[in-house]
Amino acid sequence: MTETRIENPIIEVNNLKFYYPGNARALHGIDLRIPEKQVTALIGPSGCGKSTLIRCFNRMNDLIDGCRVEGEVILEGENIYAKDTDIIELRREAGMVFQKSNPFPKSIYENVIYGLRIAGEKDKRLFDERVESSLKAAALWDEVKDRLHESALGLSGGQMQRLCIARAIAVNPKVILMDEPCSALDPKSTARVEETIKELRNEYTIIIVTHNMQQAARVSDYTAFLFEGSLIEFGSTDQLFVKPQNKQTEDYITGRFG
Amino acid sequence: MATTTKNMNKYWRVGEPMVWLSGASLAITLLTAVILLAVIMMNGLGVFWPAELHRLELKDGSQVAGRLMKTEPTVDGNGLRRQYKIANRDMYGLDFRWIDENQIVRQAKPKQLLVLERIEHGDFYGELQSLVINGARHRGSLADLDEALTAVNKETDGLKELEDKLNDASYQMEQLRLKELKYRYKGLADSDSEMITLNQDKVSLDKEFRQLIDLQTRQTARAREDKAVFTDVSGTEKEIVLADIFQVYTPNNMSAGEKMVFYAAKLVELLVGEPRESNTEGGLFPAIFGTVMLIFVMSLFSFPLGVIAAIYLREYAKEGVVVRIVRIAVNNLAGIPSIVYGIFGLGFFIYGIGHSIDSFFFPERMPTPTFGTGGLLWASLTLALLTVPVVIVSTEEALGAIPREMREGSYALGSTKFQTLVRILLPMASPGIMTGLILAMARAAGEVAPLMITGVVKLAPALPIDGNFPFFHLDRKFMHLGFHIYDIGFQSPNVEAAKPMVFVTTLLLVLIVLIMSSVAIYLRNKMKKRYTFGTF
Repeated sequence: MTETRIENPIIEVNNLKFYYPGNARALHGIDLRIPEKQVTALIGPSGCGKSTLIRCFNRMNDLIDGCRVEGEVILEGENIYAKDTDIIELRREAGMVFQKSNPFPKSIYENVIYGLRIAGEKDKRLFDERVESSLKAAALWDEVKDRLHESALGLSGGQMQRLCIARAIAVNPKVILMDEPCSALDPKSTARVEETIKELRNEYTIIIVTHNMQQAARVSDYTAFLFEGSLIEFGSTDQLFVKPQNKQTEDYITGRFG
Repeated sequence: MATTTKNMNKYWRVGEPMVWLSGASLAITLLTAVILLAVIMMNGLGVFWPAELHRLELKDGSQVAGRLMKTEPTVDGNGLRRQYKIANRDMYGLDFRWIDENQIVRQAKPKQLLVLERIEHGDFYGELQSLVINGARHRGSLADLDEALTAVNKETDGLKELEDKLNDASYQMEQLRLKELKYRYKGLADSDSEMITLNQDKVSLDKEFRQLIDLQTRQTARAREDKAVFTDVSGTEKEIVLADIFQVYTPNNMSAGEKMVFYAAKLVELLVGEPRESNTEGGLFPAIFGTVMLIFVMSLFSFPLGVIAAIYLREYAKEGVVVRIVRIAVNNLAGIPSIVYGIFGLGFFIYGIGHSIDSFFFPERMPTPTFGTGGLLWASLTLALLTVPVVIVSTEEALGAIPREMREGSYALGSTKFQTLVRILLPMASPGIMTGLILAMARAAGEVAPLMITGVVKLAPALPIDGNFPFFHLDRKFMHLGFHIYDIGFQSPNVEAAKPMVFVTTLLLVLIVLIMSSVAIYLRNKMKKRYTFGTF
């Protein structure tokens, strides 16, 4: 089904099936290999399972009572659905940015170091260091450096989302999962966040869910197209958008449905 | 015609009547509340104002002095009649008198008319005749009386100090008695060293106590020697011991400023003074203190219990039939009549737990109960039980209202459920939890029925906090403003005289609830500002 072979993937998904409560199957056996330090976009129409899939990567779906997972997700050689997986550790390695920005009702500074604090870190110097580096990486430093100790709730929508990115970066994850990070933002803020994503791709593996095909084309190196719980096509973004192999993919990206 | 129908149709469709209906219901609710408060304030605020005294000459030639209370039409509707407070209860046998207006021949406001507030028998209205100081009788002016009163007050202040010492001594004697009971219970003989020291202590304390009593008797006798002779409006003489006079003033001779000062002093007395005359006069301090402390101790129990129970229900318990039933049950707990809680408190806390505590820790004092009787602790626990559903419901709602993204954001950074709860959820839910606490406090402040069988009394001998170890005496009985209202309003020997105090007490209770709620609301708003999103 997929033509592109990825060597040394950081995440390998093998025959992943996901059932919502009541045995409603949302993913029908996904096989996917995500390249390291690249941006991979998951696209597809609403309800195709792209959000469900990305939430399988940090086991966020565990929060839903009565859901069920079959198959494997291998992150750096280890199956995260194995019985002895430390979910806390996993989530530290796979940071997540959500559709709706969700800064905690704390200061900007405290928001960034939240992940460190809950990990038991107490070193003030490390905190200062990480706050600066993470905010710089998220392209927010210049805007907030003078008001680090003010409430994060006073930021604009775009700034909040970049703060959430900084918060995810601060714990040094291997993978950053972004679940439609720009859908609630205006075009200008979206541009800033996309800029940030482009700068982060050198250091982090990024998986981004988006229903905005232009965005996928702009920021991603690889794209996966999902439809009704199945992976239809996966390939480098250039190839997939210019010369899709599959009829359904072509119909979707040319806007014939979706 | 057609247009009218069309207009009417539109009128109903748009829902104009609904606007009126909802507006009217709100208006009615507000109006009743406002009327209630207005009645309380009108009756309560004027109580301490030094109103003028009238001297009336009636058709039958008799004289009456009194304070005008109210005027209303006579029964036959031909004229008006007035109610006067005529005081001098010990001479006339009653405090109030109705006088038809057509009976009044002359009305005056003589400046020399005095009001004496006495320790016993209520007020006295009349004029000063002479003073009896150190056995010698001589004519005196008001200034002389004031001077003599100040001197006597100094003496009685000394007596009060003596009384405090006496109270301390009797408290120590009580402790010694309990200690002795304990030793005897343990089976110590009189010859044991501990028993001997105890007896020595007892003898020396006894001696000190006797000396104090002796001193008190002599000083009291001395202080009661000074008297003053007054005449009432019809000229009857009345000798009154100066030490029995609490305060003297001439309402007809006071300027507005003086009246204001008088009023303020009365208010201060109300807040810090002890009650007099079976609670119908004097201050309300023990009742205020008891009420506030009751609410405080109640919150101390119900707040953590309710919040933790709600956390379990919302965060840890698996949603299902059982949780749903528990939730319904909790909601229904709020509907149980409060007297039932009172009976439960009496049976479970007092007879059950209290009795067990007594038989474990104070067996020597039996059958006199220590914890096995009503007290502040048990009343607080009973009220805590009564208010815990309120706290649970509001905490649950507050936790449930936190957007899912907040939890997910926290989990996604690798935090555990507990960390998320403590660092994110509880702070964010705190305004809602505070709302629950406010409601619980208001509910607790207004409850009287359960208190009546769990430890409230009309006159408590001591406050629940004092200088004697262990300082907090939660086993003690206490006074409460709500019960005070019931007591003076319906149980008082002189209901008419107590009526003003009922309104004052009600006003005070409302004020206390208002103050406590305002503080809580202020805190809640501060939290809200901190923990919720602003609108950009």
